[in-house]
Amino acid sequence: MTFEFIVGHINYWLFIVLMMTGLYIVVSKGNLVKKIVGLNIFQTSVFMFYISVGKITGGTAPIFPLDMNVDPDVVYSNPLPHVLILTAIVVGVATTALGLALIVRIREEYGTIEEDDILDIERKVASDENRLHGEAMGGRA
Amino acid sequence: MATETSHHVAMTLHDHLPMLQVLIPFIASPLIVLMGARGGLSWLIAFVASLASFIVSIVLLMEVIDGGFISYAIGGWAPPLGIEYRVDAANAFMLFLISGISTIVLPFAYESVKAEISAKHHTLFYSCYLLCFTGLLGVVITGDAFNVFVFLEISSLSTYALIATGAERDKRALTAAYDYLVMGTIGATFFVIGIGFLYMATGTLNMADLAERIADQENNRTIKAAFAFILVGMGLKVAIYPLHLWLPNSYTYAPSAITAFLAATATKAAIYVILRFTFSVFQPSFQFEVYALEFIILPLAVLAMFAASFIAVFQSDLKRMLAYSSIAQIGYMLLGIALLNSTGLTGSIVHLFNHGITKAVLFMGVGALVLRSGSSFYSRIRGMGRVMPITGAAMVVGGLSLIGVPGTAGFISKWELVQATLERGWWPLAFLIAASSLLAVIYVWRFVEVLYLHEPAYGADHREAPLTMLVPIWIMALACIYFGFATEITLGAARTAADGLLAGTTGMLESVTSTEAGH
Repeated sequence: MTFEFIVGHINYWLFIVLMMTGLYIVVSKGNLVKKIVGLNIFQTSVFMFYISVGKITGGTAPIFPLDMNVDPDVVYSNPLPHVLILTAIVVGVATTALGLALIVRIREEYGTIEEDDILDIERKVASDENRLHGEAMGGRA
Repeated sequence: MATETSHHVAMTLHDHLPMLQVLIPFIASPLIVLMGARGGLSWLIAFVASLASFIVSIVLLMEVIDGGFISYAIGGWAPPLGIEYRVDAANAFMLFLISGISTIVLPFAYESVKAEISAKHHTLFYSCYLLCFTGLLGVVITGDAFNVFVFLEISSLSTYALIATGAERDKRALTAAYDYLVMGTIGATFFVIGIGFLYMATGTLNMADLAERIADQENNRTIKAAFAFILVGMGLKVAIYPLHLWLPNSYTYAPSAITAFLAATATKAAIYVILRFTFSVFQPSFQFEVYALEFIILPLAVLAMFAASFIAVFQSDLKRMLAYSSIAQIGYMLLGIALLNSTGLTGSIVHLFNHGITKAVLFMGVGALVLRSGSSFYSRIRGMGRVMPITGAAMVVGGLSLIGVPGTAGFISKWELVQATLERGWWPLAFLIAASSLLAVIYVWRFVEVLYLHEPAYGADHREAPLTMLVPIWIMALACIYFGFATEITLGAARTAADGLLAGTTGMLESVTSTEAGH
């Protein structure tokens, strides 16, 4: 692995760093909003990855001249990954919106958005149920 | 090569069936929001759309059941550049299952939703339901890898919202939906990273084209990474054993009708995607794929069969018990895939179908019990089989099919799986399938005992479920028995599908050059 290889693939390294950062936040943070932020960073890393895929060395913006006289010597970047990722961005926005809406509802019902507190409440509900309906195994709480 | 002229030929409605399959529920969904604000109109629109979609799926299945396929170029843009819908035996069978389950669950949903969700949310509920339905159909029908992701997210996002509607009964539906949202999004993003790698290596997104271009790139590390990401990402959606954590709570706290629909269709559509990618896009002869299936998926499948069944035995809530049983049954389907032979694949596809109808009976039965007794805890549904004999009897049929008793649908698929293990010479696996079925006997017996061998609980409504629930439940229960005897339909379609999948690339190549409907 030469120095050129490492520097030349800088956006892929950054993709991996961002992706791992995002995943780490989702797993480690107890605050539900922070988890959504982590999820966003994770998704954004994928956007960067796709856009990097579309880049061609020396390529310019993929816009043909108006008269459609395309110079065969001009290299264009690949626009398809950008288009794909527009769709993924929309999906990401929808996911974030839905996640935040759920958090609002969770706050209304539980009075907290900290995972530990929510788990405590759920554990209590579950133990009440177990007392009422018999012991059960497994489950989230 | 009729590609140039075919764009200008006026196409009949019949040629547009693959598009209509997805488009009907997709258009009906906003229509509900616009028109169905009053009364039962929203339900009616949803039902009509679902029924129309079901009829389309039957026509499509009839056309491809002999092994051909239909290729539909969206907007007339020829594949591989344009998005292609491709219907062959495997996905026509899935379309038939998904739209059939939806059409039968919807009449059941009418009463169930009325009881479980407040009236002001009904319009949006049915609208969301149709979006989820559209997404699942789209995932199955499309021949474009990125399109799978788009439809997957359409169905997932509406699923999260639908699960959260259970919050009116139990607030834990919200956290269940949130957990599913986080895990589902990670899964879908992994999947899209995998697609990105595939695109990087090949420059195409059409599945048939992908298959052709990676056929001789077995040792390409980008391809290997793509396979890993796709398998793990879809594994989350399928709920492969250690990735199943979202499933029990989602199924337990979602409204009964949604649980019945999702349990019978959503995980099945995800399994179909795994099938499609492992067999049609990647070659089953790729060494890394054989290793992944034999050394990772196979042990996990066996683990799921036992661990999840074992947990199911010790539940106090019927709905949660069935959720764990679903995870175990998914193990059987993955086992069939991991065996990598025609019989195993056939067994896997048939089990997918049979388990779909079996779980539909059981979860709808639970919905009927919840309607009358207010809860699905064993202590609350005690003796309800005596006061609701018709519902109870259907649930016993479903339970028998879940175990795999001869004469029910569940037996056929398990028998096929056992035969597949023997064909591979892995007889210990055959023994394990039988052993885990014994665990199923225990948990099925537990609920049968609760339903029949106790005095009916006080405080419950001692009436039989309404007719709109009984009819769908019994259609499914009779289907469980029917497909236990008339095996040529399911086994025949599944064999054609399995052979088509195992033929892999060779079966898919022709259509890259043809945009016309037909072979």
